[in-house]
Amino acid sequence: MRDVYVVGVGTTRYGELWDQSLRDLASEAGLRALVDAGLKAEDIDALYGANTSSGQFIDQEHIAALISDYSGISELGIPSIRIEAGSASGGAALHQAFLAVKSGQYDTIAVGGVEKMTDVPSEVANEIIGGSLDAEWETFLGATEPSIAALIARRHEYDRGVKRENYAILPVISHKHASMNETSHFKNVIKIDDVINASLVAEPLTVYDTAPVSDGASAVIITSDKKKIKSASNPIKIKSSSMANDFLSLHDRNRIDTFKAVKKSTSKALEGAGITLEKVDGFEIHDSYSIAGLIQLEELFGKEALRMSENGEYYYDSSCPINVSGGLKAHGNPLGATGVYQAVEATIQLRGNAGLRQVKDSRNFMIHNMGGLGTTSVTTILGVE
Amino acid sequence: MSEVPRFWREAKHRYRLVGTRCENCNTLYFPPRDICPKCRRESVGKMREEELSGEGEIYSFTIVHDGLEQFKLQVPYVMALIKTKEGPLVTGQIVDCDPSEIKIGMNVRSVLRKVRTEGKSGILQYGYKFELK
Amino acid sequence: MSSIVSYGSYVPRFRIKAEEIARIWGENPENIKGGLMIYSKSVPGPDEDVLTISAEAAKNAIKRSGIDKSTIGAIFVGSESHPYAVKPTASILVEALGLPNSIHSADYEFACKAGTAAMQNVMGLVDSGMIENGLAIGADTSQGAPGDALEYSASAGGTAYIIGKKGIADINRTYSYTTDTPDFWRREGEKYPSHGGRFTGEPAYFKHVLMGAKKMMEMQNTKPTDYDYAVFHQPNGKFPTRAAKMLGFKEEQVKDGLLTPIIGNTYSASMMIGLSAILEKSEPGDRILAVAFGSGAGSDAFDITVNDSIRSFNKNAATGVMDQINRPIWVDYANYVKYRGKILMRGE
Ligand SMILES: [Zn+2]
Repeated sequence: MRDVYVVGVGTTRYGELWDQSLRDLASEAGLRALVDAGLKAEDIDALYGANTSSGQFIDQEHIAALISDYSGISELGIPSIRIEAGSASGGAALHQAFLAVKSGQYDTIAVGGVEKMTDVPSEVANEIIGGSLDAEWETFLGATEPSIAALIARRHEYDRGVKRENYAILPVISHKHASMNETSHFKNVIKIDDVINASLVAEPLTVYDTAPVSDGASAVIITSDKKKIKSASNPIKIKSSSMANDFLSLHDRNRIDTFKAVKKSTSKALEGAGITLEKVDGFEIHDSYSIAGLIQLEELFGKEALRMSENGEYYYDSSCPINVSGGLKAHGNPLGATGVYQAVEATIQLRGNAGLRQVKDSRNFMIHNMGGLGTTSVTTILGVE
Repeated sequence: MSEVPRFWREAKHRYRLVGTRCENCNTLYFPPRDICPKCRRESVGKMREEELSGEGEIYSFTIVHDGLEQFKLQVPYVMALIKTKEGPLVTGQIVDCDPSEIKIGMNVRSVLRKVRTEGKSGILQYGYKFELK
Repeated sequence: MSSIVSYGSYVPRFRIKAEEIARIWGENPENIKGGLMIYSKSVPGPDEDVLTISAEAAKNAIKRSGIDKSTIGAIFVGSESHPYAVKPTASILVEALGLPNSIHSADYEFACKAGTAAMQNVMGLVDSGMIENGLAIGADTSQGAPGDALEYSASAGGTAYIIGKKGIADINRTYSYTTDTPDFWRREGEKYPSHGGRFTGEPAYFKHVLMGAKKMMEMQNTKPTDYDYAVFHQPNGKFPTRAAKMLGFKEEQVKDGLLTPIIGNTYSASMMIGLSAILEKSEPGDRILAVAFGSGAGSDAFDITVNDSIRSFNKNAATGVMDQINRPIWVDYANYVKYRGKILMRGE
């Protein structure tokens, strides 16, 4: 089968982007990616649009067609489809596009992820974010997504003796990294006490343990077309992409503080890329909640995860950089866009264009996008030969 | 927006914690399922309804400060996972308590409460919650 | 002759003290405590209503009875605060309690005696042989207008009786007395009830309660000393205490059923909940006179004799009403108005 490369990336700034609509954001990111790839719309065989909840946020479904239309390419008749897998929509769209290109069905696909969240009041946004849970048996009864994350945190502390600081450190790291990324939602640096003492969302989690409500869009152009790869300034190979799922709700799992799907998708991705974990130079993980970030790290590094966090190994300039982009926590969390932005970040890093937050000598990046809390897990490995 | 049929369809399960038991492997499920995840096609037609006692203990909990609009009058409210006597974990609210006294392992029992309302004129949606025993 | 097969009550845990209400309205709490004999009242949580209260009371009754639910052929729910104006509480209860669908059911309303009217209707069906067992429930989440005297007493609670052929307490006779007396009312669509002030006393409560009790004793050829217990409708602590005295009952006969001073007036459940507290401690041979009063106005009197079956009755299968009363969660007036929906929320 053919090799697949990222030849162009683009993103909008993430944040509260009051004067931009969903269609504005999506076309901006798409155009940036196309320009970066040195391609024209005619070069695109298909458009895969990732989005989680536009129907609820802006009363708009059928958004792949809308994006194609408002990107000015409807005359070309390019097949456009929306891909939804909760907050893993971006990762899932990238995964699907990767498979389609690899199979030879399409040569070149534009993968975009977009979410416009701030057109509704924050309490409404909270309800919509809860849409990743089971509407009948979780949210109906009063559960919010942060409250489900908090149930994991409480039990994890109880069973494994994990301390508050062990996961409160992750937002601190993300903010540090985000401060060096110009497209970040947040650019302020915080301390661990800021996280622990911030206003409570669902105990023990505070607002700093949870990723923000953000607007934003990101796009990547992937291709197997040798000519396009050759003409691209700095193509990055997608070495593998794997996906796995678990029960939708915590209450159906044997353990609530492990993410089986994460273990599955990450190990399959490593296998697919033909590399070991030690060969991965940087990780983008789905830190929608600090505790979810920690569980993912435990699935990756086992018991070492805690020690590594205590040793400060997750910073961009240390041995195991995590979320050098700023992560969902600080770069921003426009739900369906995050998985695509992770690919943008990995590409920037692997090209060596990440400026202040550049991970040194990075040859392989693992990006991990998650739907719900460990329900849908997509892992993609990008790298240079 | 009225969601009468969607609520009505689940009423029995919500009012009385009626789950389903797979007669192939004897596992009890709540929420109810048509297919047993262990036996899959072997379980088709063999899932039988069974009522849980509503008794159990707190497996995990959180005090929700940033709650759903429908629960505004109860903020801060306690959401928990209850390990039921019969086995299944059930997600639900713990009511009539001082949230600061809640601990993992405490015994609870189910109570029927108003969970949501469709505004001032729509239907009242009742369901299970839990109280300390 | 029909008999009480089982009983169960439910009182919300939230309570507010008379002092706290008096503090807001600048009244002297001693007038309420001494004058009306009301020290505190129950407050339903924001997620409680007549349906949830009825369900908990009925579940308690069913648990204690040990009967097969399929033998329950009727369910009648008396209340003046049914959650819906149109849509029966009874039908929701059929599903919530897992009762058979072949069942007679209806909601009743007769101010504070709708629950006892339900009891009488179940008795009729049992005595006629139409059903084996039936559920009669009285429950309310009554409202008093802010600042009104009723605010000190209007509370929440419910009691369910399973009535059948063979039970633990035989209902020897029931009697009702009805007149057109506008002492207390609530018009359709109004949130709070209105009342006739002192007119609610002599021509309403006392006339009907005394008539119910006297007629009953006359028909049964009994006198107050023939009864071990007496329980009357309790709009406050003062009225039933005075009615008992006027009829010639002693304090020992009425104190066990007098719950309003602590939990307030549970309206449709008022006399029924008092009777359930008496049944919790009664023994074979105990005789009870119970008289409910409903504004508008009427009274329902019951002459009851506890039989030997009470010895084997599994009352510990459910939480007793006194146990429920003894675990209050005190709330202040601010939380009370929040829970009772007296704060105007956005969109209202
Ligand atoms: Zn099975």
